[in-house]
Amino acid sequence: MMSAPAQARLLSGQAAGAAFHWLALVLLLAAAAFASASVGRFHIPFGEIADILRRGLLGGLSPETMEERILVNVRLPRILLAAIVGAGLALCGAALQALFRNPLVSPRVLGLSSGAAFGGAITLLVGGSAAVLFAATFASAFTALVLVAVISHVAGRSILSIVLAGIVIDALFSAMISLTQYVADPETSLPAIVFWLMGSFSSSSWQKVGEHGPVILVAIALLYRLRFRIAVLSMGEEEARSFGVNVGASRWLVFATVSVIIGGCVAVSGVIGWVGLVIPHAARLLVGEGHRRFHGTAALLGASFMVAVDTLARTVTSAELPLGILTAVIGAPVFIYLLCTRQARGGLAR
Amino acid sequence: MIVLENAGLRRGERWIFRHVSFKLPEGEVLAILGCNGRGKTTLLRTLLGSLALTEGERTMPAVVGYVPQSQSGGEQHRCLDIVTMGRAGRLGLFGLPGKADEAAALSALATVGAERFAERPFGQLSGGERQIVLLARALATEAKVLVLDEPAASLDLANQDLLLGVLMRLRQARGHTIVFTTHHPQHGLFLADRALMMHAGDEVRYGRASEMMTDAELARLYGVPFSRHAAGPGRTDIVSPIFGAAPLSP
Repeated sequence: MMSAPAQARLLSGQAAGAAFHWLALVLLLAAAAFASASVGRFHIPFGEIADILRRGLLGGLSPETMEERILVNVRLPRILLAAIVGAGLALCGAALQALFRNPLVSPRVLGLSSGAAFGGAITLLVGGSAAVLFAATFASAFTALVLVAVISHVAGRSILSIVLAGIVIDALFSAMISLTQYVADPETSLPAIVFWLMGSFSSSSWQKVGEHGPVILVAIALLYRLRFRIAVLSMGEEEARSFGVNVGASRWLVFATVSVIIGGCVAVSGVIGWVGLVIPHAARLLVGEGHRRFHGTAALLGASFMVAVDTLARTVTSAELPLGILTAVIGAPVFIYLLCTRQARGGLAR
Repeated sequence: MIVLENAGLRRGERWIFRHVSFKLPEGEVLAILGCNGRGKTTLLRTLLGSLALTEGERTMPAVVGYVPQSQSGGEQHRCLDIVTMGRAGRLGLFGLPGKADEAAALSALATVGAERFAERPFGQLSGGERQIVLLARALATEAKVLVLDEPAASLDLANQDLLLGVLMRLRQARGHTIVFTTHHPQHGLFLADRALMMHAGDEVRYGRASEMMTDAELARLYGVPFSRHAAGPGRTDIVSPIFGAAPLSP
């Protein structure tokens, strides 16, 4: 039997390690954000950024100089949205990989990304406000979710049937996106749809932060709070049920929350792949799994990664690169490296 | 009390099992025996509520300490986190385990002599060590009923001895009701008060283990002759299959 002092030492050691871990991740995000705020066609020194932020926090800033206007009106909302979307996508990927007990799962598997993209493409085709765009991406992502639910229910409600239903729905919505592009005006709406589908934060603004940020953040907080239940569900249906857990209700609450986040992220930035797949693997490599650090690490790494990639997207060439291209170019080799690393350690554990 | 009354489960046109009835009193141990494909694991899944019976009735507590045959997934969780999951039913949908839950998980690990695994990743343990940790997780639920699916299937003899010893202690000291499937008649004789023997052709026999698990009945169940030796005063008889004695099928 472990003695009480030994138990206390074990638990306090965990707390000290956790504090250092979270501090390091927050500093990483802060460094990515400061670098992003500084670089670009118009360079702003770190000292000036700190000064502008300080005056902004004290409430005495109305942007007047070029530096202030670029930082406050252009870069800050863009960094904020990139961080929110990166955290949301990574957290969704971590949750779905746990629920499906499959490391190759991402929001695409449920057809949610394609569903949300279809709603967005339709809005761009017929025109509509930002609120309409968010409503459309959420509604179509949720429609994809309901379709997956109905098909998997009829097919037996197993994890496999849910995955297969997701693949079918993904293919269906991808075809409908293609149809949308086919009928779009090649001079106006088609380029907008194509560019939006490749992902970008170029249209970021404080208005967009206000329209989409709170809903996505609330859903992220909800999903983060569900992390222990998600870890339990990742053990398997029989195990979770034997603990007294309502498996069906828990699983669909997670799916619904994920669909809100994905709908919101797609409305903000279009379809950005790889983040929901690669970042959870990186987090797993750093801290293993479990409810303590895995989900939070994935979210903070996702936020840092997205801020860094978005900075690259707007600085490496004179014209801004679509994010979907960059995340694939960076994500694919990183994913291959992670796969090989884990193979060398004894194969894919999950 | 755990009760199945005239229980049956059908998949398509095929009955996996049928006409299964038993009443297991609290504090007793039931061994379920039968060849591969007789539906032992499926029967456990219906007891757990994961599968609905096609016919018949089931009475079972809502929270059960379940030990699967093997745990897929969870390899990168710490063992302490794996065991803490046994507390999930007490925490609610948005609940997170607190210090009391971690202390209960550490206590469960200590009960099975596995507190040294607390900080190790589950995937780094051997098959036998994993089963011990999963038994600790089942204990962390504080359920009075334990359900184990072939718990010794991947264990060496030392770990089999450890696991059976822990189960015997739990049954004697804490009054746990235990249901387990096994391919080892010796385990049934050592641990079980009652035996459920799933024969071919929907024949299911239930009764006191000592009366049910005769050499003749075991030979009829498995198609292999058995021999029995006394192990000494106060010890369970040694029951061994005699391999190579049965005529080969054409």
